[in-house]
Amino acid sequence: MEAHTTPQTDRPRAAPLDVAALRAQFPILAREVNGHPLVYLDNAASSQRPERVLARLDRYYREEHANVHRGAHALSAAATDAYEGARDVVARHIGAAEPAEVVFTRGTTESINLVAAAWGGSRLGEGDEVLLTKMEHHSNFVPWQLIAERTGATLRFVDVTPEGRLDLADFDRLLGPRTRLVAFTHVSNSLGTINPVRDLAARARAAGALTLVDGAQAAPHLAIDVGALGCDFYAFSSHKMCGPTGVGVLWARRELLEEMPPYQGGGEMISSVTFAGSRWAAVPHKFEAGTPNIAGAVGFGEAVRFLEDVGLDAIAAHEAALTAHALEALSDIPGLTLYGPREGRASVFSFTYGDIHPHDLSTILDQRGIAIRAGHHCNQPLMDHFGLAGTARASLYLYNTPDEIDALVEGLAMAAEVFGGVTSVG
Amino acid sequence: MTDTTEPGNVGPDRAIPSSLNQLYREVILDHYRRPRNKGALEDATHTITMNNPLCGDVIDLMIRVADGRIEEARFAGRGCSISQASASMLTGRVKGRTAEEALALSERFTRLLHGDEALLEDAGLGDLRALAGVSKFPVRIKCALLGWNCLEELLERDPAAPRLPAAEGE
Repeated sequence: MEAHTTPQTDRPRAAPLDVAALRAQFPILAREVNGHPLVYLDNAASSQRPERVLARLDRYYREEHANVHRGAHALSAAATDAYEGARDVVARHIGAAEPAEVVFTRGTTESINLVAAAWGGSRLGEGDEVLLTKMEHHSNFVPWQLIAERTGATLRFVDVTPEGRLDLADFDRLLGPRTRLVAFTHVSNSLGTINPVRDLAARARAAGALTLVDGAQAAPHLAIDVGALGCDFYAFSSHKMCGPTGVGVLWARRELLEEMPPYQGGGEMISSVTFAGSRWAAVPHKFEAGTPNIAGAVGFGEAVRFLEDVGLDAIAAHEAALTAHALEALSDIPGLTLYGPREGRASVFSFTYGDIHPHDLSTILDQRGIAIRAGHHCNQPLMDHFGLAGTARASLYLYNTPDEIDALVEGLAMAAEVFGGVTSVG
Repeated sequence: MTDTTEPGNVGPDRAIPSSLNQLYREVILDHYRRPRNKGALEDATHTITMNNPLCGDVIDLMIRVADGRIEEARFAGRGCSISQASASMLTGRVKGRTAEEALALSERFTRLLHGDEALLEDAGLGDLRALAGVSKFPVRIKCALLGWNCLEELLERDPAAPRLPAAEGE
């Protein structure tokens, strides 16, 4: 896609996806909703899982489960191997220097909270600034508000252009000697904008600031190489990339993880505990207090293998074709307003349709088996910025087809009919 | 890529399900697009703002109570057709009623939304009966009730006191 993604030199040139064969691997895609075949267009909220991920979870619980890193018995070793094996898979997938740089969390939200609390809590103070953007998801917003309140640090927000891109001049204006960290999303969950991570991280580094990237909407779709991106923290979730819910990743450079104090205390994260005090385990276990989501991580590892087997390049090419089709189909509908850029964008489409409220659209489309998201998409500041109460959002993934986009277009026509036509708004 | 289906090109197998026609009755769309009693009520005795954080719908309900009756009711806010139409209808139905009568109406309306078909015969509910179709869409019941939750909150806070300080819920 864009220059900041890494060419996958170890993979053959992408062949077109056999989408029918791919869909057959996702049991849920065969079900009907309200008497119609499911058209699942809410992938930015959460994706679906292929059979092999379900089978891996099942096998883990049937044959391998015990607690990790504890027992000397065979099952504990098997569980530990499975869990750490998943860490190896994820680390290799994102180009981490070593598996120890991959911390398993509950998801992107917890990953960012971890950085805000552990890094921010120990490094930020009065006069320090954290630079965010106006397109951040609440999960890359509220943790910083909480830590700013606690530490006295100031938050600044990079403006978004009317087209839905970051205003780079504003970025440069706000980035200064007081900026300690720049935190922004790789791909916008509502506008679909793909941000120039490598460029922004380089600017931040030149100003002496660290960079955190919210990769929740990018990792499912793009080949990620954290080294090439040049960021310091990268956060993403399993459930948006065909893996189980409740597990995600914080990647950070080892020295950062070593400098940071623990996030939570408990078992698993210590090397010794006495009444006088405790010593922390080595990274990444220092940040994994308590029994982790072992099965989730194991399933996540399988999901990453699945995506690699399909091929991130092939997925990107398929989604680019779907995006072109969707942009053309949606642009043709009178009264429909599409948000976000035309180029350099991901396959997520936020729109409003005349005066039909997004929730009414969602209810009507649901009657035809079409699942979309309606609302502010955890992007309230961005919606306010554009003067919107909310939008309808269709978000695509590797198993979606042009026919499903056409079904959406037909569903919108039906919505217009139910409402007796579409009245444009102010 | 492939041909784009033009909007409006809806084939015979694309008929609107009756559940949708029951939900989006003409009278509801009319109240949505031409809300009654919308805008500020300057001499309100009771005002409240409530929202549905899940979907962002907001209703400001303003009433003027005198001699134990709701003399005037207006609303403001934004949201889906169901929440806005229901609030618009509410303002018309509660005028002239005592707090007790308005709360009884709210209770009957709530039962209607939960599928109590006997209430379709309840003339006191008037055009609110057009919202009966919501019962087939459980996730939308909270939309239809938002304005009524405002009313209950206002009246149950102190139904006997007609002169509560305004703007407390702002």
